[in-house]
Amino acid sequence: MRGITKRFGDLVANDDIHLTVEPGEIHALLGENGAGKSTLMNVLYGLLQPDEGEILVDDKPVKIKGPSDAIRIGIGMVHQHFMLVPVFTVAENVMLGAEPNKAGFLDHATADRLVREVSQKYGLPLEPDAIIEDLPIGIQQRVEIVKALTRDVDLLILDEPTAVLTPQETDELLSVMRGLKESGKSIVFITHKLREVKAVADQITVVRRGKIVGTAAPTAPESELAEMMVGRSVILEVPKQAAQPGAPVLAVRGLVVADDRLHRAVDGVDLEVRAGEVLGIAGVQGNGQTELVESIMGLRPSLAGTVTFLGRDITDWSTREVLRSGVGYIPEDRSVDGLVKEFSVAENLVLDLYRSEPFGGRFALNPKAIDESAKGRVEEFDIRVQSEQQPVGALSGGNQQKVIVAREMSRPLKLFIAAQPTRGVDVGSIEFIHRRIIAERDVGSAVLVVSSELDEVVALADRIAVMYRGRILAIVPPGTPREKLGLLMAGITSEGAS
Amino acid sequence: MTSAVITPELALPASFWTRERKTGAVLVALGLVASVWFTLASPSSPATFYLGTSTQSGANFEIDGKIGCLVFGLIALAAGAILLATGKHYGLLVSISLAAFVLSALIWQVSTVHGSVPLGSLSTITMEASLPLIFGALAGVMCERSGVVNVAIEGQLLTGAFFAALFGTIAGSYWAALGAAAIGGALISLILAWLAIRFLVDQVVIGIVLNTFALGLTGFFYEQVMRTDTEAYNNPGGLPHWTIPGLSKIPIVGPAIFSGTLLTYVALALVVVLTIALFRTRWGLRTRAVGEHPAAADTVGIKVLGLRYVNVLVAGLIAGFGGAYFSMVTATSFTKNITGGLGFIALAAMIFGRWNPVGAFLAAVFFGFAKALSSLLQALQSPIPSEFLAMLPYIATIFAVAGLVGRVRAPAADGKPYVKG
Repeated sequence: MRGITKRFGDLVANDDIHLTVEPGEIHALLGENGAGKSTLMNVLYGLLQPDEGEILVDDKPVKIKGPSDAIRIGIGMVHQHFMLVPVFTVAENVMLGAEPNKAGFLDHATADRLVREVSQKYGLPLEPDAIIEDLPIGIQQRVEIVKALTRDVDLLILDEPTAVLTPQETDELLSVMRGLKESGKSIVFITHKLREVKAVADQITVVRRGKIVGTAAPTAPESELAEMMVGRSVILEVPKQAAQPGAPVLAVRGLVVADDRLHRAVDGVDLEVRAGEVLGIAGVQGNGQTELVESIMGLRPSLAGTVTFLGRDITDWSTREVLRSGVGYIPEDRSVDGLVKEFSVAENLVLDLYRSEPFGGRFALNPKAIDESAKGRVEEFDIRVQSEQQPVGALSGGNQQKVIVAREMSRPLKLFIAAQPTRGVDVGSIEFIHRRIIAERDVGSAVLVVSSELDEVVALADRIAVMYRGRILAIVPPGTPREKLGLLMAGITSEGAS
Repeated sequence: MTSAVITPELALPASFWTRERKTGAVLVALGLVASVWFTLASPSSPATFYLGTSTQSGANFEIDGKIGCLVFGLIALAAGAILLATGKHYGLLVSISLAAFVLSALIWQVSTVHGSVPLGSLSTITMEASLPLIFGALAGVMCERSGVVNVAIEGQLLTGAFFAALFGTIAGSYWAALGAAAIGGALISLILAWLAIRFLVDQVVIGIVLNTFALGLTGFFYEQVMRTDTEAYNNPGGLPHWTIPGLSKIPIVGPAIFSGTLLTYVALALVVVLTIALFRTRWGLRTRAVGEHPAAADTVGIKVLGLRYVNVLVAGLIAGFGGAYFSMVTATSFTKNITGGLGFIALAAMIFGRWNPVGAFLAAVFFGFAKALSSLLQALQSPIPSEFLAMLPYIATIFAVAGLVGRVRAPAADGKPYVKG
C-alpha cells in the first residue's frame, strides 16, 4: 500500500500510509483503538475507497472497488464484528457469495465437502450443518477463517481477532496463524495487545493517529512498543496504596438472574464488596457480568437471592432508588445506556439530578444552575469540549465516558459500580478514569469494577473475582499469575493444588 | 486439574401456565360453549352438506343438528383438554379444536334455518377470497426477506387493479390487462425502493404514504377519466375460467383449484416457485443473507442494494398482477378503493405465515375461509346480524396475528436501511 490517505470529514483516519506485507509473513498492525488500523484494512478490502494513494499486489497497481475485487485478487478479511448470518448454517455462510450450483440449485453437498476439506487441511474442525448462533464465539471465528480460506486467499486480514476470545482460545488462534504462515499465507494481524504481537508476529508496524510511527522487530521490548503506540511512556500500573477495607457495603447472596433468552445468566452468585476496596470481576464477556450488574442496579429482575446495601435489602429496588441511596454507576455501553447523545454535555451531566434543586425547580429546569455546574465539572474532569452546549454525541469516546464519570461521581457515594469503564477510550482518558476510581476507593467508597480487559482488572482490583458461566469460580488476589487467571476465565479450576 | 463445566439451563422454573396450556384452556372453553350452548340452541332438524358446488349435484350427507353440534363440540373440547394437559402438539391440536368448533357452529346455524351447505362452493369462495391475499402476502415475503418492509401492498394491489381495468379496456386484451397490472404494482414498488434504499426514508412511513398516494391517484382518474366513458376506459371484461377436465370433479376442493382463472393457477405456482427459489437457489440464499445481515453479504461481494432493488420490484410485479383480481375476477370494472384494505390483511397473512411462502399461503387461505364462511352464513339468512358476520374475517385476523402467532422472528435487518462502512 502506497501513500494511502482516507478522510472522514475533518478527521484524517489514514495519513499517507505506506505498508508492505511480504509473502508468508505475519505482519502485525499495532495501535490503539481509533488509531486507524481498521480503516486502513477496510480500504485494502475494498469496503472504503481511499482519497489518495494506491494499492499494489506483486508490484502491480490494482483497483479494489469492492470486496469482490479484493477476494478475486486473493485478499480475505476476518472482521472484528463477525460477518456471519446467525440463522444460517456453517456451510451456508461459507458458500455465501460463491455458491456452488448444480442445475440452477444450491449444491449443498459440494459446499459441505468444501468446508470439511478446508477445515481438515488447516486443522480447524467444523460441523457444516451447525447453525451459527448456536456456536461459541471462538468457533464462529473459525468459521470466518474457513470462509476466507475457501476463497483461496493469499493474504488474510485479521481485525482484532483476540478481543472476544478467552486466553486459551487466543493461544489456539495464534497457533492456527502460525500454521497458515507455514502453508505460505500472509497475514495482517490487527491488535493493540503487545503480548500477542510479540508471540506471533514477524514484522510489526505501529500506527498512531492515522500515521505510521515506525516499525519494529518482535524482539523489541514491550515498553518500547507501548511507547510508540501512545507516543509517550505509559504508566502500565495505576499508582495506589494498599487498600484499607472496612465494613461490607454491598453483599450479594445466591443471586440468580435470567438473560433476555431466559437462560440463567447469573447462576447463584455470592460476593461482598467492602468500604475502601476495589473488587474486580474478570471474565470473558457474556458470562453473566452484564446481568449481574444490571440486577444490582435494578435494571433487570432477579429470580432468587438477595442484594444488600449498607444493611438494607435493595433486591429489585427501582434504579432511581438504588442511585439515590448512594450508588454511582457506569453502564457498559455508554451510547445505549449512559448518555442521551442528542442532548448537550450540560444536560447529560444532570440526567440524574434534574428533578432536584438547584437544577429542577417546581415546574421548570433551571438552565443557569445547570450550565454553571457543567462548567465546573468539565474543568474538574478534564472533559475536552468546545462548549457545554455541544451535543454529547459529537465528543470522542474518552470524553463521553468522562461525562458519565463526572455525573456519577458528583453525588455523595457509598458504592461505585463501573462496567467496562474504559472500553473504546483513549489512553489518556483511561489513566484519568483509573485514577478517579482509585480516588473514590481512597475516600472510603466500595468499588465494583467489571471488565473484560484482564489488564484493567489486575491494575485496579484489590481482590479479583473470576466469573464463568454465571458463577464466581474463585476470588483471588491481584498478584495471581496471569496464566492461572486465564485458566479460571476458561472455567478451569485447579482443585487441591493451591 | 479438573474442568468445571456448568451447563446453563432454562432460568425460569417452568411455570405450569405456559402459552400452550393457556391456549388449551381457551379451547376448552370454546369446546364447552359449542357442546352446551350450540347443542341446546340447535333444533333436532338435519343440516345437509353437499360435496359439489350446487345443492342438486354430487353426493351429500345429512347430520342431525343437536348431534352434530354435540359431537364436534366435544371434539373441540377434547383437543383443547389434551393441549391443556400435555402442552404438546400445539399446531395440530389448535387446528383440530378450532376446526371442530367452527363445524359445530356451522351445523348449529345451518340446522336452525333448515338449510344446506354446498361444500364445493364453500371451498371455491375460499380460494377466490384468498387470491389477492396470496399475491399480496407473497409480495410481502419477497420484499421483506431482502430487508425492505412492504406496507405498500395495499397500494400495489390497488394500482394493479386500476391498470388492469384501464389498459385492459384500451388494449382490449386480458393479457395486456395482466401485464399492465403487474407494471402498475411495480411502479409503486419503484418509488418504495428508491426512497427506502437510496434516501433511507423510514419504510413504514413510505408504505403508508404510498397507499394514500395510490388511493388518491386511482380515485382521481376513476372520477375524471373512467366515469366519463365507462365503455372506453373501464370495461376490461372478466378473466376466463379454465376448467381442467377430470381434476375439477374432485369432491370439495376440485372446483376451487381446477376451475379457476389464470390467477388461481399463477398463485399456486408462485407459492411453489418462491419456496424453492428462496430456500434452494443462489438468489434465495443471497436474499435471505441480505435480509438478515447485509454487512455480511456485502463483505463477500454481494451487491446488497442491487439485490434489494430487484426484490422490491419483483414484489411489486407480483402484487400488481394479483391486483387484477379486483377488477377482472370479482368484478368486471374498477371502482374507487376497490381493494378495501385487503392489502393490510395480506400483510397480516405474511406475518402469520412467518415470512415463509407456504406459511403465507396457508394464512391467506385461513382468512379467505373466514370470509367465505361469513358470506355463506349471510346467504343462509342466519339469525346472526350480517354486520357481525361481515366482521368475521377481520376478527379472525386479529386473533390469528395476536393470539396464535405469539412471538415470531422477522428477518433481522427488516426495515433497516443499509449504509456501507
